[in-house]
This record gives sequence, C-alpha cells and structure tokens, in this order.
Amino acid sequence: MAELEARTPAHGLVPVSHGPWTLTEETPDPIWTLAPYPGQADVLSTALLRAGLDWPSPGMAVSTDDGRVLWSGRDQAFLLGREPEPDWAAHTALTDVSDAWCVLRLHGVGAEEVLARLVPVDLRMKAFPNNAVARTLCGHMTVLVTRYGPAFEIYAFRSMAGTLVHELETAMAALAARRAGR
Amino acid sequence: MRVEGYGREIDRAQPVGYRFDGVSRRGLLGDTLASALLAEDVRLVGRSFKYHRPRGVLTAGSEEPNALVTVGRGARQDPNVRATTLPLFDGLEAVSQNRWPSLDFDAMALTDLAAPFLGAGFYYKTFMWPKAFWEKLYEPLIRRAAGLGALSGEPIEEQYEKAFGFCDLLVIGGGPAGIMAALAAAASGLDVILADEQDRLGGRLLSEDEQIDGQPAHLWVAAQAQALAGAGVRVMTGTTVTGVYDQGSFGALERISATQDPADATPVACFWRIAARRAVLAAGALERPIAFENNDRPGVMLAGALRSYLHRWGVAPGRRVAVFGNNDDAHRTARDLAAAGVRVSALVDARPDAQNLAGDVPFYPGAVVTGTTGRKGLTGIMLRKQGGAQIRVEAQALGVSGGWNPTLHLACHLGRKPVWNPGLAAFVPGDGMVPGMRVVGAARGAFDTASALAEGAEAGLAMAEALGRRRADVAVPQAVAAGYGIHALWAVPGGGRAWLDFQNDVTVKDVTQAAAENYRSVEHMKRYTTQGMATDQGKSSNVGALAVLADATARSIAETGVTTFRPPFVPVPIAAMGAGAQGKGFAPERRTTSDAASRARGAPMIEAGLWYRPSYFPRAGETTWRDACDREVRMVRESVGICDVSTLGKIALQGPDTGAFLDLVYANMFSTLKPGRVRYGLMLREDGHVMDDGTTARLSEQEWVMTTTTAAAGQVMRHLEFVQQAYAPDKAVRLTSVTEHWAQFAVAGPKARALLNTLLDAPLDDTRWPFMACGPVTVCGIAGRLFRISFSGEHAYEVAVPARYGAALFERLVAQAEAMGGGAYGMEALNVLRIEKGHITHAEIHGRTTAFDIGFGRMVSAKKDCIGKVLSQRPGLTGDSRAQFVGLRSLGGEIPAGGHLFAEEAKPVAAHDEGYVTSTCYSPTLGEVRALGFLTNGRARHGERIKMVDHMRGITTLCEVTDPVAFDPEGGRVRG
Repeated sequence: MAELEARTPAHGLVPVSHGPWTLTEETPDPIWTLAPYPGQADVLSTALLRAGLDWPSPGMAVSTDDGRVLWSGRDQAFLLGREPEPDWAAHTALTDVSDAWCVLRLHGVGAEEVLARLVPVDLRMKAFPNNAVARTLCGHMTVLVTRYGPAFEIYAFRSMAGTLVHELETAMAALAARRAGR
Repeated sequence: MRVEGYGREIDRAQPVGYRFDGVSRRGLLGDTLASALLAEDVRLVGRSFKYHRPRGVLTAGSEEPNALVTVGRGARQDPNVRATTLPLFDGLEAVSQNRWPSLDFDAMALTDLAAPFLGAGFYYKTFMWPKAFWEKLYEPLIRRAAGLGALSGEPIEEQYEKAFGFCDLLVIGGGPAGIMAALAAAASGLDVILADEQDRLGGRLLSEDEQIDGQPAHLWVAAQAQALAGAGVRVMTGTTVTGVYDQGSFGALERISATQDPADATPVACFWRIAARRAVLAAGALERPIAFENNDRPGVMLAGALRSYLHRWGVAPGRRVAVFGNNDDAHRTARDLAAAGVRVSALVDARPDAQNLAGDVPFYPGAVVTGTTGRKGLTGIMLRKQGGAQIRVEAQALGVSGGWNPTLHLACHLGRKPVWNPGLAAFVPGDGMVPGMRVVGAARGAFDTASALAEGAEAGLAMAEALGRRRADVAVPQAVAAGYGIHALWAVPGGGRAWLDFQNDVTVKDVTQAAAENYRSVEHMKRYTTQGMATDQGKSSNVGALAVLADATARSIAETGVTTFRPPFVPVPIAAMGAGAQGKGFAPERRTTSDAASRARGAPMIEAGLWYRPSYFPRAGETTWRDACDREVRMVRESVGICDVSTLGKIALQGPDTGAFLDLVYANMFSTLKPGRVRYGLMLREDGHVMDDGTTARLSEQEWVMTTTTAAAGQVMRHLEFVQQAYAPDKAVRLTSVTEHWAQFAVAGPKARALLNTLLDAPLDDTRWPFMACGPVTVCGIAGRLFRISFSGEHAYEVAVPARYGAALFERLVAQAEAMGGGAYGMEALNVLRIEKGHITHAEIHGRTTAFDIGFGRMVSAKKDCIGKVLSQRPGLTGDSRAQFVGLRSLGGEIPAGGHLFAEEAKPVAAHDEGYVTSTCYSPTLGEVRALGFLTNGRARHGERIKMVDHMRGITTLCEVTDPVAFDPEGGRVRG
C-alpha cells in the first residue's frame, strides 16, 4: 500500500523575502513536550544533563549539539531534534507534538524591527539574547518566539500557518517600503 | 510673503507644486501647507464650524483650530488635516472645509447674520417639539450646516502600522529640556526614546532668535541631534505621544508618509505602544489668544506663531503687522519682525507699566485691541490707548499673545488635576501626577531656555539614579534666563462677539450665558457651549474660557478648575490604532489539513470559532444546499461518509493520577475506565451547569486523550489548567493540547469498517474493536490512532494520523468512500445526523442547562465528588418546573430554532411560555421536520401536542413532543 505523502505546515507559503529579511520554514523534527510531574523537575534535569542537555530556566532555551530544550510554560518545555528517552516517562509526561507547530525562521539584520510590529515584548538583543524564549502574541495569535543564532524562530499553531505568514509578510513589506522611502 | 534671509527649514532652490481648492500653487521644500499658503498671501483657509466665518491660520503647530483641510480623494480622503503640520510635497491636493459652493463665497455664511439667535443652548431650547422631529429633521439639518471635514465612507486603501517600543526612559518633547534629559539619561546608561511631534528636534528653539553656549540656538540643536545619535538615544521625530496609560504604557502616533501615491506601500502612520520604566514630559507650552471683538479674522494669529513662520519658513503674513500682548514674550515678535524688515505698525501691550523691548516700533503700553476690520482678511485694528483714546492702525496681520499654557495634558491623563499658579497665570502640573513621570521646562512653567536646559538635564540624571545608575557628568549649556512678566488678560471688555474657541465658534458671551443659565461647573459649561471639543480639544481656548467662566461666576480660576484631560492628545486615526486588523488581519484563520481539498470540491466554508469547516459538498445536479445535505445524510445512513473532525479539541493527559483528576473534572466516573476504551463525559461548571461534553479515551495505563467540542476547546483547556494548578497541584497529571498534532477523520456508516480495512495494515473485527474501543493502528504504513465512536448513530470510527499526513489521508478516505457509494459530508449533514439521534451540541448546552435538564442527571456520579456537583443540587435546578430536553416532530410546517413553545390553546405571550427550540432540521431519514428543544416538565409529556410560535419569522407550527432520540432508539446500528 502506498505511503501517505507528508506536508509541512507552511507548505507552499514560504519562502518570502522583503528588504533584508527572509522568512523560511523550519522543521525541527521531532518536537516533544516535557512536563515533569510535581516535584520531579530535578530528576528530569539530571536525566537531561546525562543526555547532554539541561532543563531551561523560564524564558530561556538550552541548545547543544545533542538537541534543544525550549522553556514553553509552567513546568513545561519543548524538546527539539531528538526523541526523549523512554525511561523519562517515569517522572515526566512526554507528548509528541511534532505536527502541532508551524515553525518559521525570520532572518536578516533588524528582524527585531519586523517583529516589533506584531510581538508585544522587547526582542532587542539586550533584552532578548540568544536562546531567549517568550510565549507571547504575534498579532492576534499566541506564539512562542525564540532567538536562535542569527535569526528568530516563531512557533504558531499549525492551523494558523497561513495567517502567520500573512502577518509577518505584511510587516516585512511595510518596513521594507518605509526604508526604501528614506 | 517670503522674507529674504530668513527660513531655516526651507530650500529656496527646490520649488514644490501643490493645489489648494483647485488652484495650482508653489511652495518650497521644507514648507508646511500653512507656511506655503501664507507665503503666497493666502490668509483665508477655512470656514468656521457654526457661523461659517472666514478663518485663517492661527498657530504653527498641532494645536491649530482653524486651518483644517481635507487631503486626498476617494478612499484616500483624509479630513481635518492641520495645514500647520502637513509637510508640503509635490502633487499635494488639499481643499478647504465646511463651505459651499466655495471658500470665497460660502452661502452658509448667512448663518452668521442669524448669530444673535444662535448662541449657546439655542438648539436645546428651540428644536424640542415635536419630539420625533429631532432625529428625523432638525439634527440632519444642523449636521449638514455645521461641521468639519467628512470621511469618504469608503474602506481605506492606505497602509497603517502598529508597533511596540520599549525603553528605560521615554522623553516626550525634543526641545531644550527634552534634549538635555535624553542626553543626561543616556550618558548615565539608560536606554532612552526621545519622541517629538515635529519632524526635527529643537522644539521652540527652532522658532526663536537666541543663543545657546554662544551659538545660534538652532545650530546648537543640530549639534545635539548628532550627540543623541552617538549616545544611542532612539530619536523618534514626527511622533506625537498621544496618551498615558497604566503601568508606564504610552500611546504614540508616528507620521511616516503623507504621499497620496497608491503605488507606494509605505505606511501613512504607525501607532506605537511604548512601555517605559520612567518618563520625562518636556512638551513645552502653548500660546493662548486674548478675546476681543472680531478677533477671529484671517490674519489674526498667535504672536509666537509669527516668529515660527518668520524664522522657520521665512514667511510674514502681511506687509504691515501689529502685535498685541500682555507679556514680554510678545515683544520678541515685534522685535524679530522689525529686524527682518517687516513693518510693525503697532506693539500693543495691555500692561500700563510695560517697557518696550522691541526697539524702534510704535509702542502702546496700557492699550488694548478692541476690534478689527476686514472680513476675509485683516485690514486693520482698533485700539484703545491708555487714557481711552481710540485709534485705528493698519495691519494685515496681528500677533496676539495672552501668555503661555504649559503643555501638561499628558501629565493629567491618569486623572490628576493641575494646580493654578497665579504668578504665571497658568495651570502647572503638580508632582507625581503620573507615577514615574517628571515634568520639566516650559511644560512645568519654566518658560526660559536656561531653566529648560537645567531642568531637563537634572531630570535625566535623576531618572538614571532612580533606576540604579550613577549620574554622569553633564554640563548644562549657557542660555538666556529671562522672566516673562505676564499680567493676566483674558478678554477685552466691549460689545460684539469676542471669540474664545475658534474651532467651535464659542464666544465670551456664550460662556457668560452658560453661567447665567446655571451651567456653572466647567464641565457643564463645556457641554453647554461645546467649548474645547473637536479636533483641537480647546488647546488654545480652554484656559481663557474657564477664566471667563470664573469671572462670570465670581469664583477664582483655581476654584473653577479644569475639565478632564483624556487621550488622545492629537487626533489618532482609528485606522492607525486598528492597523493590520482589517481583511485577513481581522482574526487568525484556522485551517484543517483537508481545507484545500474541501474547497477544491466546491464546499462553502463556514466559520466555527476561528476554524473553517466545509458546510456541504455540492455535486452536479444539486441546486440547493438541502439537496447536498439530504444526499450526504443518506450516504452516511446507507453506505459511508467521511468528515474532518480535527477541529475538536484534543487534550493529552498523562500521569498516574489522571483517572482521579478526571473524576474531579467530569461529572461521571473515569478512573474505572480500562485502557483501550473510550467513555462519554460530561463536564460541569462550578455553578452546576453543563460546561462541555466529549469523549475521553484511555490509551494506556497512564496515557489519556480527551476530546472537547470545537468551540469550547480553549475554555476547557483553561479550566483544566486552573483545576490542576488550584485544586490538584500535587496530583501527578500533566496536560498538553494535541489538537493541532492530529488530523482526525470520522468514517461513518454501515460500510465504515469495510472502508477502513482497505487502508489499515491489520483488519478490524468486533472482538478487538467493539463500540467505544480505541487503540493504535497503522494507516497506510503510518502510526495512527483509531477510536470506535459515533456522533451520527451509525457504525463509525474516528481515525487519527499526525497532521503532516492529514491532507493525503483525507484524499484517500474520500476516494475510497466514493468508490463505495459514499463520500465526504459537511457540517449540515453532521448536524442533521446528530439531531436525528438526539445528540446535544452547544445549541443545547448553552450555559443555562443542567445535567438534569438534558436528561443526564444520573451521570452525575453519586460515588464521588466533582466540580459543580454540590451546586447542581441546588433547589430549582432539578424537578418538574425545569425546561427539559425533548424532541419535537412537526405536524406540518417548520420548527425554526429560536421559536417558543406554548400549550395548543394558549395565547402565545411570554406569560404562557413553556419552552424553546434549540436545533432543527429536515430529516431525510424520517421524511419529516425534526427539532430539539426544552419544554417544562418535558420528559413526562412525550406524545403531547404543543404549539411552536416563532414570533420573529411569524411562523406557528403544531408539534408532537417526543423522546430526543428519533432514529434507532435502541442503538443497534452503532453497535452493529
């Protein structure tokens, strides 16, 4: 029997470029939520350290060659790029959410200014350094934003991929036009 | 006229072509529309609001009450644009407002002749009877006669923007005080935003001839602009801070582009929300006029504005100019104009002891201007000299200064009132009016440049210190430190009309009339006379008007007080505040993985929350939605149908205490559910009413997945999070929304199992897959989940795969279904199928129904507690008096949802109301109209006849009350 064809959330919507900025799709497969049960955060933290990772403090991510762990809320983090160890289930709720998120990467000098049109938190380097994470809004959507290397990643619900691209593209185009006019 | 050798901001080598009222004109690069018009001796620029009096430019800033124009055409038409702040650009088209047929000949100017009858309160007293005439006749007439510019009525075409800004310190105003505050704070290590309304820094210094540190002030400003950039200050010019809100939030409007070129995608303006830990208000001061007879002629301007036009744009609004003031500052206007070669025909100073500071000009101390001549443009002034002699002096322009009002509006936005300073004859801000904000310079009443520089620097350092930084060494530059010697004068006594508020045509007489009619409170006076309303919000007129009111009511100005200051400080287009929220930006669109395939099949989409779901899938030959819907229902009942149910909320619950947690949130028992099984659950609110329903599957010992209704998914998730955190913090249970991870499809109908067996790696059988079973499956090689559950009442399943495969699986399922005589079905058919089966949705669990009402009273487990249980047992929430869930069978005619139920012989009035209809359909299965609803004591009344009356649509239908389950009440099909 023929296998089912897989599609990414932003299939056909990106890449998009305006001015110095480009918007592309990331597929940090898989994505798992890690949620240690009450009182078990230290146990999970130790397990993560053994795996070359760590449990992030609120608003931050841990990025190593072995994967990434993004704080994503109260007692919860996203594990990216690797499967959790099965024995972590003894102390942590593990949920595969790989297909739940549309992940877009906004790259280019001054990307903060594009996001400042949509995201109501200070994303400038001094307030939001590499590996900083925020659960916030992008326009009317709830999103997770993180600074990863030279770019920003924006995580939104898969079903909202079209709106996410539309909002970001509108902001990119307006700011590019503004700069061109100077 | 242009004045040679003046005009710091214009480029005489760069002419700019524009049109005003259809006439082609020329200005210079750097002009505003107002300066360009004055340079060409155009003094008449508008008609007044009520009396259609000819009006000209009064000010040189955003406080302008008169020179309002409409810019652009069609959808880009922008009314009430202040000519004083509109930068001139090539191709600008502006027209004057509130005149017909033309500005020069305005037929409505006849209104002015009727002015004696049209004073404050005239409308209220005159147009009272008959009552219905106000709305239908009088108001439309008055609205047509009075007013400012009009909107196009078309949706906007131009782009607007919204943005967020952050800083340690927001400095509002880029004059000497603001520049020093920003420099000092930045030097001490603060992250600073400096916002100024004008398109360049300098504030009042741009308009003056004075020295700072031995160099011309405007050159000093240019040097500081460099220093600010070097210090990392974010300078936002063209940006008006429009409002102060709680917790250090500020609104600001940035004007970006005034161009009217539709091809230009540059936003017109950006509405900023700025979060600042501290703020310095250095907004300067606004000059105020003096009321005297006919002081509203075109050519009568504020004295400080004359200096602005001279120094900034090299413009004098006439060959002969007079100046009238009550303070030393007015003398600078006479001095500067005279120095520029403009003939100053009189310097009139109301102070008897005034000294002439303007040099060789005709000087009249102790004199007042008592009147003017020249209807469409000033030709002369009448003045009464000290001692009483009246003379006439020729002048094409008159600069008036009644003193300066600190621009303290923003300091008052959180509700505190300013205090009266009799020495300055002005209201000044008190300390701590806005937490974290300090007011400096002219905005605090320190009107000379030396004080502004010193206060600004000190504020910047103090703010840095307050935020834990060390004060930097900042040298305060040398500048002029002079008093201003004001002696209050609000209105020159005399007959005739003396204007206080030019924008709303409010005179001294109107204010005294208000006082005489006992509108003594300043707030009442404002509303009775309309003083201080509309686009300028009385920036030039408020203090003068309340001073006149104080006099008329024999109170002090301090006692009389000010009206409430509210945001915005300048008009903000709604389009800017709502930028990006029209069209696709209005709300996020949530699309399922089958969205494109559904649309490709021609399915009209309906909104369910933010989701888009197919309504029905039309086929060739079907002419109405009913044709498609009926076919889809029969398809499911007779063969097999496919429906995307991914929009239902899916919440993964994990942990050893999940069963106990579910027992708490669900009314019925869940901890006893075996792995591999699904149970229907009912959730109550704290108050005992039904919140939501759905199924929860136990996938393994510790893994569960709950489904919620589409619309309530967010609400249920929030509720569960709250319960977990507040009531069960120690329970080992965690929640994660997996709605978006899984694409899930209902496969329903007698052939459902046969269809699935073509796609599953292992075939289904009744032993392993009885009704309400669940478990892992492999679908076309992909790991998925299967649930044998049914909303349609048929043998049915829901199959779930990771969303990346959703589009492919939907196509496969529908193709297979079509091969078997079935196909995709939409929301309409889904609704009919569930009504036939008496299944509830949020039409029934609408927030006012209890478990008892819907017939699920026994589901509220007696063996355990649950949220809402105790309150669901309150008296009145159960029993015969409750409206209970019933089915309704039409005995002929429609049963629209929303109709009410009455006894057959009863008059259909509220007193006889016995219930209502919640859901309705034509059942193709039963061949009759079927509905669901609630009827008092309904469960005991099956078989009765009842009258349904829909008052709104005018429909009356006799119905039979039935059990809600109309089709297959034994449930044989779902298990078969």
